[in-house]
Amino acid sequence: MNMDKPLLKVEGLSKTFGGLQAVQDVSMVLYQGEILGIIGPNGSGKTTLVNLITGFIKPDKGSVKFRGRDIAGWPPHKIADLGIVRTFQNMRPYYSLEAYRNLIVPLNSPRAKRMGMGRWGERDTVALDILEEIGFERDSFVPYKKASALPTGYLKRLELARCLALKPEVIIADELFSGLSASEIASLVPLIEKLQGGGITFIMVEHRLRELFSLANRVIALDFGTKICEGSPKEVMANPRVRQAYLGPGGSD
Amino acid sequence: MAEVQRRKERLDRGIKVRAESIYAVSSWEEAAYLLAPRIILVLGLLLAPLLVQSPYWKRVVTVVCVYGLLGLSFDFLAHFVGLVSLGGALATGVGGYASALANKALGLPVFLSIPLASLAGGVVCTVLLLPCLPLRGVYFAIVTLMYPLVLSRLVEAFNILGGTDGIPGVQGFGGPWAESYIIISALLLCLFGLRRLVNEDLGLILRGVKDNDQAVKASGISVTRYKAIAVFIASTLGCLAGAYLAHLYMWAGLSLFALDFSILPIAATVIGGGGTLVGAVVGSMILIPLSELLREFGTLRIAFYALVLMGFIVVRSEGLMVWAQRKYHQFERWVQI
Amino acid sequence: MEIIVYGIVNSVSLALMALGFTLVYGISRLPNFAHGAFYILAGYLAWVGIRSLNMGYIVSVLLTIFVVGILGMAMYRFFLIRVRGMPISEIIASYAMGLFILEALRWKGLKGMTFTLPVIYPGTIFLFDVPVDYQRLLVVAIGAGIVAGLWLFTKFTRLGLALRGIAQDEQAAMMLGIDSDAMATVATGLGSALAAVAAIVLLPLGNIVVEAGYQVLIFAVAVCIVGGLGSWAGAILASFIIGFAQILTVSYMQSHFQVVVALLAIILTLIAKPSGLFGRQKQLEERV
Repeated sequence: MNMDKPLLKVEGLSKTFGGLQAVQDVSMVLYQGEILGIIGPNGSGKTTLVNLITGFIKPDKGSVKFRGRDIAGWPPHKIADLGIVRTFQNMRPYYSLEAYRNLIVPLNSPRAKRMGMGRWGERDTVALDILEEIGFERDSFVPYKKASALPTGYLKRLELARCLALKPEVIIADELFSGLSASEIASLVPLIEKLQGGGITFIMVEHRLRELFSLANRVIALDFGTKICEGSPKEVMANPRVRQAYLGPGGSD
Repeated sequence: MAEVQRRKERLDRGIKVRAESIYAVSSWEEAAYLLAPRIILVLGLLLAPLLVQSPYWKRVVTVVCVYGLLGLSFDFLAHFVGLVSLGGALATGVGGYASALANKALGLPVFLSIPLASLAGGVVCTVLLLPCLPLRGVYFAIVTLMYPLVLSRLVEAFNILGGTDGIPGVQGFGGPWAESYIIISALLLCLFGLRRLVNEDLGLILRGVKDNDQAVKASGISVTRYKAIAVFIASTLGCLAGAYLAHLYMWAGLSLFALDFSILPIAATVIGGGGTLVGAVVGSMILIPLSELLREFGTLRIAFYALVLMGFIVVRSEGLMVWAQRKYHQFERWVQI
Repeated sequence: MEIIVYGIVNSVSLALMALGFTLVYGISRLPNFAHGAFYILAGYLAWVGIRSLNMGYIVSVLLTIFVVGILGMAMYRFFLIRVRGMPISEIIASYAMGLFILEALRWKGLKGMTFTLPVIYPGTIFLFDVPVDYQRLLVVAIGAGIVAGLWLFTKFTRLGLALRGIAQDEQAAMMLGIDSDAMATVATGLGSALAAVAAIVLLPLGNIVVEAGYQVLIFAVAVCIVGGLGSWAGAILASFIIGFAQILTVSYMQSHFQVVVALLAIILTLIAKPSGLFGRQKQLEERV
């Protein structure tokens, strides 16, 4: 990763929902090429933070700067168009479409067209290529199955594939590992490392700390909507406030 | 209560599997099996005006096609984009008035005024509906329900476009053959065009919007833009039907905004099977002749449609065509459990 | 002065029309597009009771409210329950139900001036030099009474609390042993009964005609969209906004514009504040 190239800079981001402070004055920096982990107990505002950065919720206060340009409050499709794409915690495929046709939709976006992700008539092939890269067996029936017939593991991959179809700069993965078995996670980890090697920057919001700590370069911990700690995985793990947030007051090993 | 001992098992027929995923249909018998339903529909529609003798029933055939078009427009928006429009009459009204104006004020002949009015009407309807496009489900439905009402009130209140008298003296088609075949060919064109469209890239995006608009936004695509395109396509079909009606009756008036144009296509689609497109056409083939037979009951007709609609939604909500396609393409058998 | 007095009366009338619809949608997310039909049906039933069966005013009115409430429950229990959770079918099914009722009534000859309900106290009073008949005052009183009654009902009774529970989080409420379908049945019944009450209070001011059924539905939904769904305060505020806007247009323009005003209110609300005046984030996500 490249510590002197900040890609995304979040400053003083806040959002309240009818009296509940969901995210409070969060600031963070994302450097080019890194994997930034975001952890926190349930209800600590992780998903809200993702929604704020990707434009699915408009922030009350604060700025989100991508390459120096303030994108806070932009509509979600404009933000995705810049190359900041996300996955959804509860998967959101197009259930009535076949797996490979799920990718035809993002491949038709203005960004994918700009990035040369296949012309008219080539998109089916490009979609199958992406699916193969992400672990759908090409010669099987799996890519041709309706998304409603696919198991969770494949749907999570499909979420990632939708991001890849846009040639993204940043992928914000919201609980990508939740609901997956240990072996499924083990097969996803090298894939993410490969994508990082290919120049994609990641923000990974996770519950599964062990897998995340082995992947992430830096980690931010949230609790009650505020940032309580930031640093390398080791530092965060050792931080007393993080332990307290996860184990409750007075909790220890 | 007796315990359930068996269940119904459904298997795709071999020919369907091969036709869909392996593309290996070899013999002409198999090709005929696959093409037969399409050929029957096309030939049936084309021959219909030749087979019926009285001018009255010839007129019924054209009205079936008009409602078929409206039904296609409803089915496309509801089942492929997820926008339920209860105001199909908005498009017929706008299209009818537009065509009458193009014909009377600009002096355009029929074959120019209808296509022009369809496109222009499509644009007008899209612009009118633009503020409502972010709405979902119920909200969109009720707002569309209000539009035809509001427009007819405006025509009445401002006494524009002929007020309650309408615009008489619109040019006709000049003969029953042109009358029938213009609308039949338009219907067939739109039916097969739409069937193609929903499997093209544009159609896939629209189906994506229906399944999950959040994911479409996350893919960097403006949902509102594509909804606008879909509404344009659907209202162009509706306006085509309206424009045709204005020339058929040689008159454009407030009745073009009538409730029939909103309700009948919905009933036809539900009966024929939503999401199949052809279902809307088949549905109106059943419903319109039936309602002609019930003409003497007057306004009770709408109550009758409503009753049929309720019955179908409760008893066989999938609709006729879904059922027929299943029977045609699948084996069914009972298995012990 | 005239505008203020009649504005208040008109606003309360709108609120009365809308309450039933808001209640059902707020509690069980069920758009009851047959709402307007129940309104007219109630008027017709009361007319039959009073004029044809000579049952006396009080008896007919109470019986009408009861019967329409039961009909609403039956509609949910035997009909709408089968399409629950399929939004497209929910809309079409309830709208078909409403159409059937309205058009069957039209066929029965429900048009023109023949069908009117009696007012409770005939006569007029001068309020700030504006003539107001007693019936209109009664509308305001009953409207206020119903709002207060519903508020107490949902705050303090077991059934009311259960309904609110379903409204806020259906799954959580089901886990606590509240039967979602039973509550939806109660809600539709209550909503239909409210439509009947509105009809009995409001219809004496005009004729019982089928067209009014469609109008009531449209006004009810307009109020709901402008106010933000499930919010009582929003619905009442929205009734006042649309109510006054209508009275202003009627007094300065023609009455044709009443529906136009409702549509304009919806469109302006959507552009300015898509969640409605009192809507919350959750509703916004659902809507947009």
